[in-house]
Parts: sequence; structure tokens; C-alpha cells
Amino acid sequence: MNNQKRENQNILLCGVGGQGTILASKLIAYAAMEAGKDVRASETIGMSQRGGSVVSHVRTGTDIYSPLIPYQKADVIIAFEPAEAVRCLPYLKQGGTVVVNQKAVKPTTAALTGQDYEGKEMIHFLQSQVTNLIILDGEVICKEVGSPKVLNIALLGAAIASGALDITEEEMLDALKKNGKEKFFALNQKAFELGGRRTL
Amino acid sequence: MSVEKKILMGNEAIALGAIRAGVRMAAGYPGTPSTEILETIAKENDGSIHVEWSVNEKAAMEVGAGAAYAGARSLVTMKQVGLNVASDPLMSLAYVGVKGGMVIVSADDPGPISSQTEQDTRLFGQFSKLPVFDPSSPEEAYEMIGEAFAYSEKYSTPVLFRPTTRVCHGRASVTMLPDLEIAEPEGFIKDTQRWVIFPRLSYQNHIKIEDRNVELSNVFSAYPRNLIEKGDGRKGIATGGVSYAYVKEVLQSDVSVLKVGTPHPFPEKLALEFLKGLDEVLVIEELEPVIERALLVIVGKYHLNTVILGKLTRDTKIAGENSVESVRADLAKFIPEKVEDAANHSMETLQLPIRPPVLCAGCPHRASFYAVKKAMRGRKAVFSGDIGCYTLGNAKPLDMCDTCLCMGADVTIAQGLHIIEPDTTNFSFIGDSTFFASGITGVVNAVYNQTDIVLVVLDNSTTAMTGHQPHPGTGMTMMGDVAAKIRIDKILEGIGVADIVKANPLNLEEAVAAVEKVRDEKGVRVIIFQAPCIAVTKPKTQYRIQEEKCTKCQVCIKQIGCPAITINDGRVEIEKSLCFGCGLCSQICPGKAIGEVTDHE
Repeated sequence: MNNQKRENQNILLCGVGGQGTILASKLIAYAAMEAGKDVRASETIGMSQRGGSVVSHVRTGTDIYSPLIPYQKADVIIAFEPAEAVRCLPYLKQGGTVVVNQKAVKPTTAALTGQDYEGKEMIHFLQSQVTNLIILDGEVICKEVGSPKVLNIALLGAAIASGALDITEEEMLDALKKNGKEKFFALNQKAFELGGRRTL
Repeated sequence: MSVEKKILMGNEAIALGAIRAGVRMAAGYPGTPSTEILETIAKENDGSIHVEWSVNEKAAMEVGAGAAYAGARSLVTMKQVGLNVASDPLMSLAYVGVKGGMVIVSADDPGPISSQTEQDTRLFGQFSKLPVFDPSSPEEAYEMIGEAFAYSEKYSTPVLFRPTTRVCHGRASVTMLPDLEIAEPEGFIKDTQRWVIFPRLSYQNHIKIEDRNVELSNVFSAYPRNLIEKGDGRKGIATGGVSYAYVKEVLQSDVSVLKVGTPHPFPEKLALEFLKGLDEVLVIEELEPVIERALLVIVGKYHLNTVILGKLTRDTKIAGENSVESVRADLAKFIPEKVEDAANHSMETLQLPIRPPVLCAGCPHRASFYAVKKAMRGRKAVFSGDIGCYTLGNAKPLDMCDTCLCMGADVTIAQGLHIIEPDTTNFSFIGDSTFFASGITGVVNAVYNQTDIVLVVLDNSTTAMTGHQPHPGTGMTMMGDVAAKIRIDKILEGIGVADIVKANPLNLEEAVAAVEKVRDEKGVRVIIFQAPCIAVTKPKTQYRIQEEKCTKCQVCIKQIGCPAITINDGRVEIEKSLCFGCGLCSQICPGKAIGEVTDHE
């Protein structure tokens, strides 16, 4: 982990409503604040939470005004779904990092209209566009942990292990302890550690 | 002493700011993006505050007014369209005034992201002649709400507080401040000259209000949340709300900025000072050109030569929400020497899946819609929908929402449709919370005027779309108390509806039979579909597709559109992380290929 803390960081989390992006963004914001930084963030709340595309913006540091990250300013994109990673690429800065869960969440409309996609083409595209790409098989980790709800924590584990966030493992686990439900902490901790180790 | 900071959502900041300012009464009706304000007050309540989800916004406004008549500080919250519902008490209350401070939060939703309209509460401020406070960030909202209470009390008038979605749902580090010292409410002092609205009183108060607003315009010119940031050059930017944050984000160099925190009464003196010496001003704001028009009036009144650019001149976007990108593009055209336009990154991209919001897997509304659709196949029927999760019944393949207008309108629109086309069966779908909020009068109207409609109450025991708030039918209040459940069937009986059928929508046969029983009758017929929202219950089982029996006919996909059912490599599968075990798919599968997951699987 780098000791030289960068001044400002922009972290974008994206996925599909119901995947747990909001808790993940809250944990990042909390950990950054505990580390003494100012935080600004924004979330999708409302109708889109019902299976629509959702995006959370987290900005840490000083002299930040907009709650939304401007295009080409995200240091890190944490994508819970490959097509959502592609959708949010305009936010990524040159040389930024993308952590992506490889499993596609197919919209109901895709099955109806035959405009289906598998997710692989999205991953290939990301590989062609992003230099620092970290791919996670979140499905395997969820199976191993025994809960489909830990994808968000596994992705945080992968993002922090990559060193792209100005947050240490200890800081994030502490945030999890103070903000998550106590009875799920052991599960979450396991997902966090597996996420850090099992990137593809 | 260490400074305590908390990361707060704007709505939480408004709530904590109101608690800090001694609020004693908080009432509202849920609506995105305003909902979390009241929820936070209920959570942080030390017992000194009465918090309630009122039955609708009009009720909340009047309950809040009563508390303020008695000298208490009261907060009323709603979304912008809720203010339409509450506009009757609002307009009169503006004439009567209050004793304790009263702040009406009406959250606007540029975009719109989760709303029917892009209406602007600042215009309601002008219309009702009430002061409007417009915070630009959560931390500003935290302090501003206390100031709004103080102004309200000082001038004996309710005030409007207008955050927008990005302030409501944005988060920021907020420095916690000590509680303000507020006197105990004096209680209601009888005075018919003050509290009983009569034409003569309204005339007298109208004059006072006009004078007060002139005074407030001067007072607000010195209010620090209206400010000028002096810069170089003869071009300036005027802005307010979250757009101020976007402007600050984009501007790197010295350009004069006017930030407006009270769009009504407009801080005229301050604006005049800003305009003097400027040749051109670009106004960056969302929704209506409120600041732009106010500046045009000042330019005209004082014969200035300053050119005002904005929505009216089509120099900024006329609809939808602003963003750092849109503001950058606007400023790059206005002051190209100072703001660089973003490199036009025509990035190669892929065709991306479209993700319209859908009813959740296991949602009982899907089953209700499907049952009605099945029972009415081949018959002439129109399905009127309403505001709530069930508006999503409009999506294919269900396609069961032909009209949607505003809260409660399904019941009455259906009546109008039926009167013109009597050979149509007119269904009206309404949720339990919406029924209480504004559906009942519509049913009374139908019964009284003898109009034939089928009212379908989708009773899922919660206010689902806004995040599961209790309502009069749930038997719980916001204070955590148990209340008597108000029964929808008893209300309908009381109104005189004779034909009431109850059914479990997740039992397809029973649900279809319920529709068949009433579809050809006359008068107001009611079907109450009762099954709880998946978010307030736990799944009892899950379903899976037995591959050997599945003929891949895809009836399950094509008819009910459940997000848990997908096709992978040509196989139809049920996604385990999503299936809620409602069993609707197993009841429609022609090959009986969908069964419950057994314990050992």
C-alpha cells in the first residue's frame, strides 16, 4: 500500500439496481472520512433502483464542489456488471483503474427482444480500452461465502488489494465493522479477503 | 475541542438541521427525493418531536400549520408534485401566516429522475408570495434550514425550502454545530382577527405581504447565502442551487459569480451591485429561468446595458438537469478564454443493454396484472394506472398501464373514459398507500355518479416505491406506535360498494376467478389483491427449471417478464439471487417444468 496519500480521489461505482452499490459507496466514503478527508458523494435513489442502471459517485479530498464526478476524472471505476462498466467509461481518467465483476446481469427486455448479450464482449472491449483492468468472478466468491449479497464487499476487496484506492485494508474492514450489520461481519470479511485474492 | 464531522445525505442534513433548530412537529408524505428527511427525524427523535407520515401532503401542511399556530416550530416535507396537493392550504396560509417558525420543504427533481413533472418550487414561492431558500449543498442545507426557521418566526410567515435531487441525495462531510436555543411554544392564543381568514383580512394582509417582501428583498441582499464572488473581466455568471457547485467545479480562474440562495424575494440590491460593470451575464440554473427573469427585471428597472443570457436566449439547456459537463460546455461558449471545452472524446463504444426499471422478481403486482390481463383477453378494456411501483406494469410484456397522470387519478380517469365509451370495461389500479392518499374521493365520486368501473386495489401492505413507509392500513405509525389498521374493504363498504372480492394474486386461478366474477357486473366493483411487497416479507421457497421438461417455449419470459428468468446459452434459467419464490412462472408453464427447489438442492 502506498503511504503517499493522493490529494483528491474520484471513485465511481456502477451496477444494476439491487446489487448493493449504495452500501459499498457509503463504506468508501466513511473510510475516507475516518482517514481525515472531506467527502462528497451522490447516489441513484428512486425508480431506477428497480433493476435500472445505478451509479454512485464518491469524491474525497479538498476543493471539491460537484457531487457528481466530471467525465474523464474518475481514478477508479468499481463496476458490478460488465455492460455498466462500459457505460461509465467516459468517466474514467487516462490511466485510471477499472475493477469489474465479470458476470452479466441481463435486462428482462434483452430476453424479450432478442437483443441478448453475454457479457464477454463487454469484458473484451474493456480489455481493449483500459490499461488497469481487474476482473473478478464475483459469482464464485458469493458461492464460496454462501451468500449472493456479498458481491459488493468482494469488489471492495479487489479494489483495495489493487492499491488504486487511498484506503487500506484495515481502514475498510474498520468501516465495515462500524457500518455493516454485526451478524454479517464474518461473511463480509471472508468475501473481502477472497475479493482481494481471487482476481482473474 | 474536536470538531465533529459526519457524512450526511442532504436529506439527513436537513433533518439534523431542523432538529438542531428545535423543530417540534414534522409531518409529510413520502416522495422521491424528499423521503429521507422525515425518516431521519423519526430515527434521531429524542421523544420531543411529533413525527408523522400524514395521509397526504394537504393533511401534512395543515397539521404543520396548526402546530405553528400554537407557537411550535414545524417542518412539512414533500416532493414538488406533493406541493400541488397541498397548494390549497399553502395559498391561504401565506395570507394568514404563522406564529412558530414553519418551513415547508418541497424537493424539486430536475431531469426529472423520479417525477411526473419538471415544475419549479421557486415559482410556487413567487405565486404564494412566500420566501424561498435554495441550498446548494448538504452542508449549506444543514445551516440554512435553521436560518429559514428564524426568518419564518421573525416575519410570522411560512417559508419554502427547495432542495433538488442532487442536494437531497448528495452526501458531504458536514460539521456538526451546537443546538440552537429555542423558546418553548407559547400555545394557541385565540384571535379571530388573526386566525380566521376572511376577505377583509386577506385584503389587509395582502398589503402587508407586499411591503414585507420589499423589506425581505433588502434583508436578503445582506444575507450571506446570497453572495458575490468578485472576479476579473466584464462577464459574469449568476447561479444558484446545485448549479453553483457545477460552476465552481468548472471555473479555474477569476470570474465574477452571483450565487442566489433566496430566489424569492430576490436580493435586488445585491444583484444590482453584481450587474454594475458587467456587459454580459450568463445564468446557470435548473428548471425555470427564475434568476434570469429576475435579472432582466432589474436591468430594465435600472436601465442597465447588461445582456442577460440563459434559458430564454437558448444559451443554456431549457430542460433536464445540469451537470459539470453541461455547465462546462455553456461556459466554454460564454468565456472561451477562461474555460476550455472538454476534448470531444468520440470514443468507440458498444451497443449497451437498455435497462428500464421493472417490477422486482416476486412482486405481487406482476401476478395481479397478469390475472387481469388473462381474464380480459379478447375483451375491450382500458387499464388506468397510478403513481407507485405498479406504474411499472406499463412495461412489456405485461403492458397493463394505459394511463397514468397523478396520485389518485386512475380512479377518476377511468370514470371519464367509461362515460364516453360505455362498451369498454374500465379498470383502475391503485396501491394501498395511494388509495388512502387520494383514492377514496374518486371512489365516492364513482358510486355517487353511478359510473361502472372495476377498481383493483393492489394491497402490498406498504408504501413500496419510496422505500417502505407505513400508512394508515399498516397498523404502524412513524413514531413506532401500533395503531388500529384502517381497513380498505370497510371503507369501501361504508362508501356503498356492494361488490368487493378479495384474492391472493399469487394464486393465479383464484385471482383470475376474482376478475371473472366482477368483470361483467355494473356499478363500482372492487377486487382487493392482497400479498405483501417482497421487501417487507421473506421468501418461503425458490423455483427452478427442470431442464429435462423445459421445451424452451419461453412462455415464462414472454408473458410475465420476471427479471429472475433469463436465457443462458439457449437454456432458460432462474437466477437464484433474484427468485423470491412467488411461483407465478410455475403456474403458467405449459410443460409444468418449473418446480420448487427442494432442500437438498
